[in-house]
Amino acid sequence: MTVGTKLSFDKAYIEQFSKDRNEPDWMREIRLDAIERAETLEMPKPDKTTIRNWNFTDFNHDYKTGDAVSNIKDLPEVLQEYFDAEKAPENLIIQRNHSVAYQALSDDLKEKGVIFTDLFTAVREHGDLVKKYFMTEDGVSVDEHKLTALHAALVNGGVFLYIPENVQIDTPIQTIFWQEDAEITLVNHVLIVADKNSSLTYVENYISHNDENETVANVISEVYALDGAKIAYGAVDNFAAATTTYVNRRGIAGRDATIDWALGQMNDGNTISDNTTRLVGDNSTSQAKAVSVGRGNQTQNFTTTLHHYGKHTDGFILQRGVMTEASTAIFNAIGKIEHGGTKSNSEQESRVLMLSERARGDANPILLIDEDDVTAGHAASVGRVDPVQMYYLKSRGIPEEEARRLLIHGFLDPVVSQLPIESVKEQLKQVIERKVN
Amino acid sequence: MAGSVLEIKNLHVSIEDTEILKGVDLTIKGGEFHAVMGPNGTGKSTLASAIMGHPLYEITEGSVTLNGEDVLEMEVDERARAGLFLAMQYPSEVSGVTTSDFLRSAINAHREEGDEIPLMEFIKELDEALDLLEIDKSMATRYLNEGFSGGEKKRNEILQLLMLKPEIAILDEIDSGLDIDALKIVAKAINKMRDDKFGTLIITHYQRLLNYIEPDFVHVMMQGRIVKSGGPELAKRLEAEGYEWIKEELGIEDETVGQNA
Repeated sequence: MTVGTKLSFDKAYIEQFSKDRNEPDWMREIRLDAIERAETLEMPKPDKTTIRNWNFTDFNHDYKTGDAVSNIKDLPEVLQEYFDAEKAPENLIIQRNHSVAYQALSDDLKEKGVIFTDLFTAVREHGDLVKKYFMTEDGVSVDEHKLTALHAALVNGGVFLYIPENVQIDTPIQTIFWQEDAEITLVNHVLIVADKNSSLTYVENYISHNDENETVANVISEVYALDGAKIAYGAVDNFAAATTTYVNRRGIAGRDATIDWALGQMNDGNTISDNTTRLVGDNSTSQAKAVSVGRGNQTQNFTTTLHHYGKHTDGFILQRGVMTEASTAIFNAIGKIEHGGTKSNSEQESRVLMLSERARGDANPILLIDEDDVTAGHAASVGRVDPVQMYYLKSRGIPEEEARRLLIHGFLDPVVSQLPIESVKEQLKQVIERKVN
Repeated sequence: MAGSVLEIKNLHVSIEDTEILKGVDLTIKGGEFHAVMGPNGTGKSTLASAIMGHPLYEITEGSVTLNGEDVLEMEVDERARAGLFLAMQYPSEVSGVTTSDFLRSAINAHREEGDEIPLMEFIKELDEALDLLEIDKSMATRYLNEGFSGGEKKRNEILQLLMLKPEIAILDEIDSGLDIDALKIVAKAINKMRDDKFGTLIITHYQRLLNYIEPDFVHVMMQGRIVKSGGPELAKRLEAEGYEWIKEELGIEDETVGQNA
């Protein structure tokens, strides 16, 4: 298979795409600059996974809308399990293909100045804010590698969420990105800015059904917690088997800020996932938790990085993976403490449960420490279901299959239980159920 | 029928090619409380684990039947559903599975599909059992045995016993790790189960548990066999005099397995 170094998208195409979206000049310039860089930049190099033969660059990029609805009950059944329709979620955006199908934001939050809108609208109406945070040196730079540049050039969906200073939000804010049509490509960007001393809970779902049509997802989230802000970020990725996914979720925490992640990484296709949190401000903290279930022949690489810059920063990485059938996954956990990050603490735990002789899994704990006055620790294991645990559960009358099911759900629970929306948590449990059986 | 009958005949058990049990005979009927006593290393826990079907133990000879059915042919979970229960000396920690979810799964495994225990009924029964055992309610939502103290694990085993209501229960060193107050609470709960449908085999190397749970029969194990049986008076004599007199009587020098008389 040849993956052309020559990209299928030229400047004229980008120019037209941007014009069709009525984008301001600055956004168009970012795109045009990015497509030029994409030509020469290298692909990312995920540790211990070879992606040379993966197609990330050749795809159908057409902008495609989906039908909008005024009542979420009118959405197709396939989406209904992701939210509680009876309670009509107060703060929800559902993106269908590349356009918004449903949008709600409570009056209370509107009055407080919260901005929650699709990315194209945000670029037009809140240009200064978006421009300040969209793919800068502080977050995900355009020129990190070929895929970040391609992303900047071709972004065709996403949301912008801004929480003003001192605004505390109790109800979760939810997005559902539904790739309704099998053949389209999602280049989706989520930009979240929690201003000083604000707090929020955000949960997103990615869904597609292209078991046969090969396509690409190039997804980036940039998540800013300014000084004193607190963000709880939950996600369930569920791209179908024929999607090759690059997903990069980046957190940037200011002084006394917190960013906690709970990621359910349930894609059925080949996936590269990078979840990096930069603990820039003193006393900033992050708990980066992720689960995955591998099945079929898919190959995945999950890298979770906590990058400590500030003093007294505190981080914990928790990765749990269950490998079935002939799936392969690498779990890299990286705790990096920069010189000057005194009194910081970086902990990590990665555990992989192998359910098949043909599956392959690896957990790599990595600590990179350039400062003396710190604490750090890691634990990693790759193992099979413990026969003595099975014996214990079975000794209470629980049949083998059910006992195995309990152990698998239990193994993933430390992350699953962190998802802040009940319907999303339940939906994730169902996905896990389907994947391990 | 008054209750179940567990019949152990000439049971020989090995672990990694070392024979631990060398022919155990024992019959437990509904309504009967049996105590198996003996110093450490004489095969008591092996007997318990072998009956339940622990994967490390290999039965090389003999039979175990429950109401005439061959227990050794059953899977571990089938044994439990047939009415056997083992309160384990070292129960596994099961991360991510709450005590409450685990108990519900176990109870429902004993019931027909479509006849699952109603949630309210389950909560009520669980609350009553927790109260009886003076266990903090929070245990129900903690992960099963994870981070539990030794005493908490033992109480949790008895909690499961109360909830699952087996016909024959084997209690393996349920008294170790319990202080005297906890021991009384556990004993009270077990005594409450006493009726003609419930039989139990209490394994202990201390007599003190038997001060609170009066056994009908007492058996002494040495060298992988039951070497002496009697009534409750046997336990009292063991408490007063230790095991030496039995060893002398039988000409045993070293009571542990791996030794032969």
